[in-house]
Amino acid sequence: MRPYKNSRGADILKTKKISNSNSIRRATRRWGLFFLGPVTAAFIIGFVWPFLQGIWLSLCRFKTISNAKFIGLDNYAKAFSDVGFRHAFWYTALFAVVSLVLINVLAFAVAYALTQGIRGSNLYRTVFFMPNLIGGIVLGYIWSMIFDGILSWWSTSILLESKYGFWGLIILMCWQQIGYMMIIYIAGLQNVPGEMLEAARIDGATRWQTLFKVTIPNVMPSITICMFLSLTNGFKLFDQNLALTGGQPFIIQPGGATIKTTEMLALNIFNTFNASGGSSQGVAQAKAVVFFVLVAGLGLLQLGYTRKKEVQQ
Amino acid sequence: MNTQKTLSAEARRKATLSAVLAVICVIYVLPVVAVVINSFKLNTFVKTDTFALPTGNMWAGFENFIKGMTFGNYPFAKSVLYSVVITLLSTALILLCTSMAAWYIARVNSLFCKALYFLCVFSMVVPFQMVMFTLSKTANSVRLLGFWGPHLNTPWTIPVIYLGFGAGLAIFMFVGFVKSIPLEIEEAAAIDGCGPLRTYFSVVVPMLKPTMVSVGILEIMWVWNDFLLPYLVLDKNLYRPIHIQYLKGSYGTVDLGATMALILLSIIPVIVFYLTCQKHIIKGVAAGAVKG
Repeated sequence: MRPYKNSRGADILKTKKISNSNSIRRATRRWGLFFLGPVTAAFIIGFVWPFLQGIWLSLCRFKTISNAKFIGLDNYAKAFSDVGFRHAFWYTALFAVVSLVLINVLAFAVAYALTQGIRGSNLYRTVFFMPNLIGGIVLGYIWSMIFDGILSWWSTSILLESKYGFWGLIILMCWQQIGYMMIIYIAGLQNVPGEMLEAARIDGATRWQTLFKVTIPNVMPSITICMFLSLTNGFKLFDQNLALTGGQPFIIQPGGATIKTTEMLALNIFNTFNASGGSSQGVAQAKAVVFFVLVAGLGLLQLGYTRKKEVQQ
Repeated sequence: MNTQKTLSAEARRKATLSAVLAVICVIYVLPVVAVVINSFKLNTFVKTDTFALPTGNMWAGFENFIKGMTFGNYPFAKSVLYSVVITLLSTALILLCTSMAAWYIARVNSLFCKALYFLCVFSMVVPFQMVMFTLSKTANSVRLLGFWGPHLNTPWTIPVIYLGFGAGLAIFMFVGFVKSIPLEIEEAAAIDGCGPLRTYFSVVVPMLKPTMVSVGILEIMWVWNDFLLPYLVLDKNLYRPIHIQYLKGSYGTVDLGATMALILLSIIPVIVFYLTCQKHIIKGVAAGAVKG
């Protein structure tokens, strides 16, 4: 006997299946409030409403939210003419680029070394990742103690010279982030097809040729992720900046404006919100919107870039 | 013979590499060692002899720990308690609510679901500074159940804010996983007479467990180490989670010895947690690497 099989039969089965999953969907749909309610409510309170209100307030002058008065783009003009903010922007950009390069080169080197099958790889990996578990404020305190301990030999302090603050923060961020990026790189390196490396070896490629012509092109997705991660992390840095130097040393301009030489964007916004008088809060909110556009722009760039790469592959 | 030679060269190369890494590792743990050393040192010597062992007249015994316990007239145990409460409550709330929402979003996929999902992904690229002022004002005016109950500015209610601001990443990760679960399993459950509730809690949740561990670890690391949100939202005279306690306690003249003692105390549980769940933590970090 031949098994019963025709196209119509298959069709019937298919429609039955669709109606089946449709009825499940309909039954589930009735529970929408239960499944989505809590998250939607919290999401509106914790994100949507503050976000929209933040955009609105950046266009207002206000002491408390209830007496906000619309003043157009005034706050933005003030934000961009603020010397401290401009300094913070360039300082942050420089910091983000330098830390991006250092962190990624070192993290890749460590990950590459750890995937060579040497003894003790697991122990090393454990140690390198450990600083990630420590909070930013604590990291800042630990390193300010260490830097001050070293600099006291020349009877100076990390708070006295802005270049100490810059490189101190770079060292701190490397210590914290290398382990994190290393994990991502290791995951990428383990996915490089063994046959490709084997083929390169048989063809007589040197170690460096294999690294640059086979390994690195294959871990390109990890490299992209890590580069953008360290770039946005650099831009968003706050806790470590606050605890390590808090913006010191300060320079007082001839005009009376104070520049906090090691203050980054996030800390600048925070300090503007807390500035005495309360009239600067609109300016602070405008700065925050600029900051958001900057960081979100980088994030979207990353998303677009990774998507494009995925399509190509 | 030739192969033998290259083999030993390879072995030598690996040994050198291992030795170099070992040296870097030692350098890597030095900051933590410095914390341990200085937590037993008298405050006046921390700045001048940072890297010396606490011997002789530098030795402070457990004085720093005792002093640190009541930094700024605030018992440290209370800080730890608040940090633990906030972290556990927030993580539990996030895991429960976002996994439910993610399953619903992936399965029903209505217009509202799509909009919510898009907003969640969008919220991942928004820096906290953008909403920090308005969020802290909202937390002071909104109550737990909308118009009833305590305000959102206590350690017991702040998890609602963490749920709102942290929902993005969690929902993104959960939806990604739910979409990879074959629908047939849930259909079978429905045919056996399970309603949506039972399908979710007895069929879907067990399958979600590995993702829950990853998301849970990411959230624990975030909430435990978060400084700014509690700093802005909580009343600092009443509630000081540990990261705020450092800042508040060290106001005025800084007692570095006592600060290091407190840091040591708060690092120990974190390191124990790390060493016991290392595998899951590293897996979770690799899975959550999409976040910018």
